[in-house]
Parts: sequence; C-alpha cells; structure tokens
Amino acid sequence: MSPSRAEAWLSRSLAWVAGSAVALLALIFLFLITESLPALVDGHWLRFFNSSGWFPSAGEFNLWPMLLATVLATLGALVLAVPMGLASAFFVSFCAPPRLADMYQRLLMLLAGIPSVVYGLWGLTVLVPMIAEVAPPGASLLSAILILAIMILPTVALTSDAALRAVPVSYWRGGQALGLSSQTILLKIALPAARTGIFTGILLATTRALGETMAVLMVAGNVVQVPGSLLDSVRVLTANIALEMAYATDAHKASLYVSSLLLTLVVVMIVALGRRLEARS
Amino acid sequence: MKTMSPRRTHRLTDHVLATFVWLTALSVAGFFCWLLVDMVSQGFDRLSWDFLTSEPERSGRRGGIAPMLVSTVAVLIITFVVAIPLGVATAIWLSEFTRTQSRPAVAIRFSLDVLAGVPSIVYGLFGSAFFCVWLGMGYSLLAGGLTLACMVLPILIRTTEAGLAAVPADWRQGASALGLTRWAALRFLLLPAAAPAITAGLLLGIGRALAETAVLLFTSGYVDRMPASWLDSGRVLAVHIFDLSMNVTGGDKAAYGTALVLLVLLLLLNGLAMALTDRWLARRIVQA
Repeated sequence: MSPSRAEAWLSRSLAWVAGSAVALLALIFLFLITESLPALVDGHWLRFFNSSGWFPSAGEFNLWPMLLATVLATLGALVLAVPMGLASAFFVSFCAPPRLADMYQRLLMLLAGIPSVVYGLWGLTVLVPMIAEVAPPGASLLSAILILAIMILPTVALTSDAALRAVPVSYWRGGQALGLSSQTILLKIALPAARTGIFTGILLATTRALGETMAVLMVAGNVVQVPGSLLDSVRVLTANIALEMAYATDAHKASLYVSSLLLTLVVVMIVALGRRLEARS
Repeated sequence: MKTMSPRRTHRLTDHVLATFVWLTALSVAGFFCWLLVDMVSQGFDRLSWDFLTSEPERSGRRGGIAPMLVSTVAVLIITFVVAIPLGVATAIWLSEFTRTQSRPAVAIRFSLDVLAGVPSIVYGLFGSAFFCVWLGMGYSLLAGGLTLACMVLPILIRTTEAGLAAVPADWRQGASALGLTRWAALRFLLLPAAAPAITAGLLLGIGRALAETAVLLFTSGYVDRMPASWLDSGRVLAVHIFDLSMNVTGGDKAAYGTALVLLVLLLLLNGLAMALTDRWLARRIVQA
C-alpha cells in the first residue's frame, strides 16, 4: 500500500471504531425497548401510574411510589451536596493555604473513588443504626439522602473548582482594582462567570444520584410506599430493578425494563440540557 | 488572590461565608476519617494471608476471598482488553481525524455523554439481555467483563482525548513539515506525549470497574466458588461485600475485611497513577 492509501485506510477504520459509541447507545436502547415491549404493546401505559400498587404477582405495576422516592432522594441529596460542594470548591480555590488546598483536593478525589457498596456498607452498619436510635426503623429516605449527598459531593466540588479556576485572572484583578472584598469578588464576579461549568457539574451529579443503585438499596429500607416523612422507608427505581431482576419473569421483567428505559430517557434529557447550556454560553 | 482590598468591608455575610466554607471542609475531612477509622477498626483483624488465599466458608462468614480476587482480576482483564483498543482508537479519531463540529463527531460526543450518565444497573440489564441471553454467554466472567467494558469506554475515551488535545498544535505541524505520515506522528509523537493522560484515564477506569457492583450482579453472577473458565460465573469483590452485608447475617466483619482489601487496592491504583503521571511528566519536560 502506498502511504496515502494507508492513511486513508487508517482514517476510515478509526472512524468505524469511533462510530461504535453511537452503535452501543443504539444497541442499549434497542434492547431496553424490545425487552419492555411486552408491557407496552397492549396500550395500558397508564398502568404504571394508576394501578393499586406494586404487586408484580397480581399484575399491578404502579411505578409512582418508586419514581417519587427516586426524585425525592435525588433532590434531597442535591440540596445538601450543592452548597457543600460549592463551599468545598471555594475552599480549594480561595480560602485554604496552597498545601491544605492540595491535600483537600486529593481527599475529594479519594472520596469520589470509594465504591458505592462501601458507602452502602458503612451506611447500613453505622448511619442506619444511628438514625434508628432516634426514629426507628432507621433505613429511610433520610439515610438514602445522606449517603447520596456524600457520594455526589466530590463531583460537585471538583467540577465547580475546575470551573472557578477557568475564570480569567483579569476578572479578579478588575474586582480588586475596584476595591471589592475577596468574598464579593468570589460571589458577584467569579461565581456568575463560572456558572455554566458549575451547573454542568450539578447535572452530572444529578445523573449519578438518579442512577445510584447499591448504596441506596442498602440504606433505604426498600419498602414500596409513598413516603410520609423523611424517616419512612422507601424503595427507589434502581434498587427495585436490582432486587427483583433475579426472579422476575414475563410482564414483571418487562416492567423492570420499562423503569430502566424511563431512567435512561431522563439521563438523555439531562445530558441534552447540559449541551444546550454549554452551546448558549 | 488573597490580598485584601484597602477598604476592608467587615460585613456579616463575609464572615458567615468564610465560616461555612471552613466548616464544610472540616466536616468532609472529618467524615473521611470517620469512614476510614470504621473500615480499619472493623476490618483489620480479618486481614491475613489466609484471608486472601483461602476459599469462603459458610457463605463467607469464615474463610477467605480467593475466588473473588480471581474473578475480579479476570473480569478486569476482559474489560480492558476490549475497552482499551476501542477507547484509544475512538479518542484518536475524535481528536486527530475529524473537526470538533463535524456531524459524526457531535453525535459521538453526545452518545458518550449519555453513555457516561446511564445508570450502572441499566448496563446490567442491557448486559444480561444482550451478552447473557442473546449471545448465549449465560452468567459468566466474559459477559460481565464485556458489559463493564461498555461502561468504562466513555471514561477512557474522554481522558485519552483530553490527553491528545493537550499536545501542542505545533508538534503536529512540525511532524507534517518533516513529512511524517499521520500514523508515524501518532506512533512516535502524539501517543507517547499523551501517555500520562492515557495511563491516568486507564487507572481511573480500573478504579471505576473495581468499584462496580450493579453491572456485575446480573452478568457475571454471584457464585462464590473459584471460576473454572471465563465462561464460568464468578463473584467479584464488590458483589461479595454487598452479599455479605445484605444477605448473610453475621457477615458484617467479613464484609468490612473485604471492603478494606478493595479500598487498599483502590488506594494503590491511585498512588500508582499519580507516581506514573509525575514521572512521565518529568521525562517529557527533559526531552522537550
């Protein structure tokens, strides 16, 4: 082969391999949809929201309590993790002396890498008994929110830190020249300038919290119910899949695939939203 | 950045913010210590050479974790034998062979973002429907490894692409000015220059794969004996921790022991990543 033909061949074959990412996503959707079909084709879409409950053996597949639990757990985790993650980012980029900031950043990276089963194990043996002392049973929406918040905090912190670092130095100099206090510069200039990056990080954390399975499964108690308070046991969608997949058949199995299809579609929407934001700024 | 303005404004909100930031940092660090102390104090007395090299007894309450270590390593090998060539090739194409705004590149990047966000349990369901049932692999290390490869692919591609993008453009121009073919430029210039980033991404991916449970629950299964071949079902460390703490009463101690082993492995990987990156960076600066 002549060099130029070899080049063309290389470029073409790499393009084919690169296309495999799209193909993989398509394949995932194809399988989720075909496996969901038995529960979707008869047109009773509403059964996932208006049947009397989640009783798979009786053909009742109400996803609503679990969907609500997923949303509440994710929102709760965000309410805790976003301010604390932002504060961690402020700490690393502005408040801490350089060596401490470096150590803290490594700590955040370590926390980000700790397996979800380890968080789950710790939550199950330490956190849940602690909550149970105050308000039994302990395994609750609250414990799920706390564990999720710990798990997504490093994501929020590290992406926000990266976004804040990307703010041009001239913005800082300008703020200082105007005689603003460093906190004012941080809150009124740097934070708005970095908002797209920070928001993208929050979206990333949201997909992690929505999709987290093992840790939540281990600490949330897994009772299928609409929680009346923070201390009630809940079962989230992902945990439901992990718990029942092993023995589910037919319509039951198909409805588990429906719930995973639902989760994946939500992820697609969140990613598309992030893209829109990035494109606009 | 820390210089104060001439007119210090001692407003209440400033102090509140500073206090909140320091408190948050302290509580995160405090939490980490708490977790670490719990792990070590609960798991340390289980650790021994025997624990690493013997088979589990009584559903894991006694005995060791040898089969889980073997399964974990086997799954990781399968995962990365598949994911590295695919990931590196995709990253090379995205960064060297196409424009950022070209349609296929935009489609591929979007797909990668979605793939990175797809919940791991969904990968598990997909793997069990595609690899285990449709391709007839059954519950096996092979099916688990392949599903995991799908999951780590976005991480590998992203980090490799970032590594290639960090190579200055004039190196490429220099290479074409010297009449190097693109293959030669890749082989002798770009890939070596991006090696630290690729390695760091690889170690990050191994960390993610090592931590994964939900993907493997329904693809490689949870049989706790020594796997006989790659088509055999096997239980990885993370699944073992899950099973011990949820399904085995009195398995907490063994779960902590296994979790400690897993954490030590992850710490070693992290340390290795940092050391390798530092050494490579140093070498590159000397050569340049």
